[in-house]
Amino acid sequence: MYYAKVFVTLKKSIADPQGNAIKGALLSMGYDGVKDVRMGKLIEIKLEDCCSEKAREKVEKMCSTLLANAVIEDYSYEITEVQP
Amino acid sequence: MRFGVVVFPGSNCDVDCYHALRDVMGQDAEYIWHKADSLDSFDCIVLPGGFSYGDYLRSGAIARFSPVMERVVEFAQSGKPVIGICNGFHVLTEAGLLPGAMLRNRNMKFICDNVYIKVENSGTPFTSLCRDGQVLKVPIAHWDGNYYVDSDTLREMEENNQVVFRYCSPEGHITDESNPNGSLQNIAGVCNREGNVLGMMPHPERCVEEILGGRDGIVIFQSIINYLKGGKAGGKETL
Repeated sequence: MYYAKVFVTLKKSIADPQGNAIKGALLSMGYDGVKDVRMGKLIEIKLEDCCSEKAREKVEKMCSTLLANAVIEDYSYEITEVQP
Repeated sequence: MRFGVVVFPGSNCDVDCYHALRDVMGQDAEYIWHKADSLDSFDCIVLPGGFSYGDYLRSGAIARFSPVMERVVEFAQSGKPVIGICNGFHVLTEAGLLPGAMLRNRNMKFICDNVYIKVENSGTPFTSLCRDGQVLKVPIAHWDGNYYVDSDTLREMEENNQVVFRYCSPEGHITDESNPNGSLQNIAGVCNREGNVLGMMPHPERCVEEILGGRDGIVIFQSIINYLKGGKAGGKETL
C-alpha cells in the first residue's frame, strides 16, 4: 500500500487573494514578521500497487490530468510505502 | 433547430437555458444527462451554469470527465456550435476546448449583479447578429470568474480575434472599474480558434424577457439560430 501526499499550489506568477486575506488576518493578530502567505491544497491518496515506480507513475498522471490545472497551478508529491 | 442542454450533477441553470430556448426562442430543446453517449441529433450543445460536482477540486474539473464530455469534444471538433455559460465555461476550459482558466474573484466575493459587456468579435456563430462594439447588459453570478491565461496564449488569442466579450462601462469603455472580478484585460467571454466554441461568464439565458429585467441575452441565442439556418458568421461558410 502506498500513501501519496499531493500538494497543489497556484503558480508563483499568479496573485493569491486567499493567501492575501490570511496574511491580513495574521498581521492583524500581531504576527509582525509575516511577509507572504500562499494557500494551496493537500490531497492524500492511498493506493494499492505492485511497486513504488507504478504508484509514482499513476500519481503523476492523476496530477497532470485531474488534480492540478497546468494553466494556473503547480504540483508536487511525496509517496511512501505504508502498511495496509 | 435542436438544442441540447447538458445536465451535470449540480447544474442549476439548465432549466433557465431550456426555458430560454424552448419557450422564448421557440426552438426544440432537450436535456442531456451527463452520462449520455450520443449527441447525434443535436445542432448546438449548451453547457449551462451551476455548480457541477459542487465545484469540488476546481470549478468544472470533475464534470470535464463526465462521459458526455467525450461526445462534446467530438461535437466541437466537427465544427458544430458549443456554448458554455458560467460553470459551462469552466468545464470547457478544463476540457481544453477553450484556452485559459478561472481564478477566484479578486475581491473574494460571490458576485451576483448586472454587468455590461462589449462585443469584441461579431464574427462568431454566437454574436453574428451583434454589432462590433455593441454593449449588452447581462447578469453574472459567480465566485470563480477571474479569467486568466498566460501572455503568449493571450497574444495568440488576440491575433485570432478569440476575445468575444469584455466587461465595460454602460457606455462601452473598457475600464478597471467596470471589471467585476479581476479578469485579465476585462475578458468576459472567449472562443476557440475555429470560432465554434464559446465560453462566457455572464448569463444570457437570464435576460431574455422583460420580467427578468432585460432582453439583451436574446441576441446571443438568435445569432446561433441564424447561424444554424445558414446565416453567415465571420465570413465563414456555415454548416
